[in-house]
Amino acid sequence: LVLKKDTLVGDEKALLQGLASNDRKAIETIYKLHYKMVQGLIVANNGTAEDAKDIFQEAIVVLYEKATSGMFELNCQLKTYLYSVSRRLWLRRLQQQSRYLLSDTEHEHIAVEDDTDAHEQRDLEFGLMEKAINSIGEPCKSLLEAFYIHKQGMQEIAAAFGYTNADNAKNQKYKCLVRLKKLFFTQYKTENGDG
Amino acid sequence: MAMDDLKLLETVERYISGQMGPDERMQFESLRKTNPDVDQLVVEHTFFMRQLDRHGQTKKLRNRLAEVHTDLAAKGFITPPASRAKIIHLFNRYKRTAAIAASIAGITALAISVLVSSVTPVKQKNEIELLSGEIKAIKNENRQQDRKIEEAKRIHTAVPPAAPAITYRTGGTGFLIDAKGFLVTKAHVIQRAKHIAVQNNKGKDLKVAVVYMDAARDIAILKITDTAFKAAPLPYSIKRAAAEISEPVFTLGFPRNDMVYGEGYLAAKTGFNGDTLTCQIAIAANPGNSGGPILNRSGEVIGILSARQTTAEGVVFATQSKYIFNALKELQKDSAYKSLKMPAASSIKNLDRVQQVKKIADYVYLVKVS
Repeated sequence: LVLKKDTLVGDEKALLQGLASNDRKAIETIYKLHYKMVQGLIVANNGTAEDAKDIFQEAIVVLYEKATSGMFELNCQLKTYLYSVSRRLWLRRLQQQSRYLLSDTEHEHIAVEDDTDAHEQRDLEFGLMEKAINSIGEPCKSLLEAFYIHKQGMQEIAAAFGYTNADNAKNQKYKCLVRLKKLFFTQYKTENGDG
Repeated sequence: MAMDDLKLLETVERYISGQMGPDERMQFESLRKTNPDVDQLVVEHTFFMRQLDRHGQTKKLRNRLAEVHTDLAAKGFITPPASRAKIIHLFNRYKRTAAIAASIAGITALAISVLVSSVTPVKQKNEIELLSGEIKAIKNENRQQDRKIEEAKRIHTAVPPAAPAITYRTGGTGFLIDAKGFLVTKAHVIQRAKHIAVQNNKGKDLKVAVVYMDAARDIAILKITDTAFKAAPLPYSIKRAAAEISEPVFTLGFPRNDMVYGEGYLAAKTGFNGDTLTCQIAIAANPGNSGGPILNRSGEVIGILSARQTTAEGVVFATQSKYIFNALKELQKDSAYKSLKMPAASSIKNLDRVQQVKKIADYVYLVKVS
């Protein structure tokens, strides 16, 4: 089963584009179409409904990372891809508990190790950034989130955080950013073993 | 942070995000070519901004996924698996009741014991090396001591070499409450230990015995077994009355092999979930700080550091010092410990912090377990 990107069903292409832009409708559709299948796999292999939720959501994050990577080529149906990634992710979890067997439900799967390995690194980085953000304290945390995540303007931020003008808010923001960078890189270097 | 550095960072950010006009861009690019520091900053900042951006995107996606999941489950599009459905339904139904029950003391204690684990040393991914290094060092020390003992024995008698060295790891912190060698620490620090020893501020190991342990209140009293041990009178006292909110406090402990000082303030008179056994302190604590004294500015012990909340930064709980009095009272029911006496007044009340810490340091011990 090798379906090239251009032979992908139009619907699936639209779904992936929707996912890449964090579109709620698209995510809901993917959920409705494929969640049951993944839950079946996890439950058949000693997992709970909660595990199924975790694994499925992580598989969607992997798909998202691929969809936003710029060189995305999905060589199979979305269904097969999600099944394969979920399968791989669950197998990793089982391995961590020193169990290596996994019985497949009736779906086919392809090799996705490259994608899940890349995801593992991204997930590690996500964790490092999360930790760094959570340890800079307030008002830095909210200030940086407002600017870099919620993309609010400096004027708006100055008003919301009680700075007398946008320049003050900007200076504070850069000070916070420098601290965040320091926290992040200190850990990043330890984790990646070159510090 | 110098103003110039901030300006430079701002410029770099405008460069990366393409907000520069063509002239400024050219100027900046030539600066980048001639100045390796600027170039390095651009590379580093580009990487960091990508990380930050990705983090934000992924976080948004994860929130969206959680939201969709909850929504679809509520609408019945997602149904839990058949065979396990019953259990899950039951759990969901009783979750509310369980949550109410959780506020009752017994279960609060359970919740705290979960928290506690975070201040008792755990082998974290990137600390494994450090930790094993520590063990090696301690092992070596032990070997050296054993060798000395063997030598001594060989001189006096002809006894064969002693038992193999015990490998200790850091358990937590403890502090003297009586100059005859009685120390208080947290019960969870020593709970599963086969062997316990304490190490003083100068790195000297001393053997101890557990003379009192109350797991429910998480307090233990140890006694240094060396009969020759005798400390000078304690500089600090143990306070019976509760401390006041916002009162500045400090602690000494062994999150690593060397003593570490930390300061903060009393944040609340109760602990996790309103627990009345403990109080809440805003202070930086790490695994190994457990069992350390929390002192106020007069040099009175107001609590024993016990746990930190893993879901928030700088939220630490300490067992209130009045429970040390309770533990002592229990212990003194045994006539062997009748003479145990805690200092009534702090002798370091009017000293500055550096002097206070200097005096206290000799009375705070690293508790090692194996």
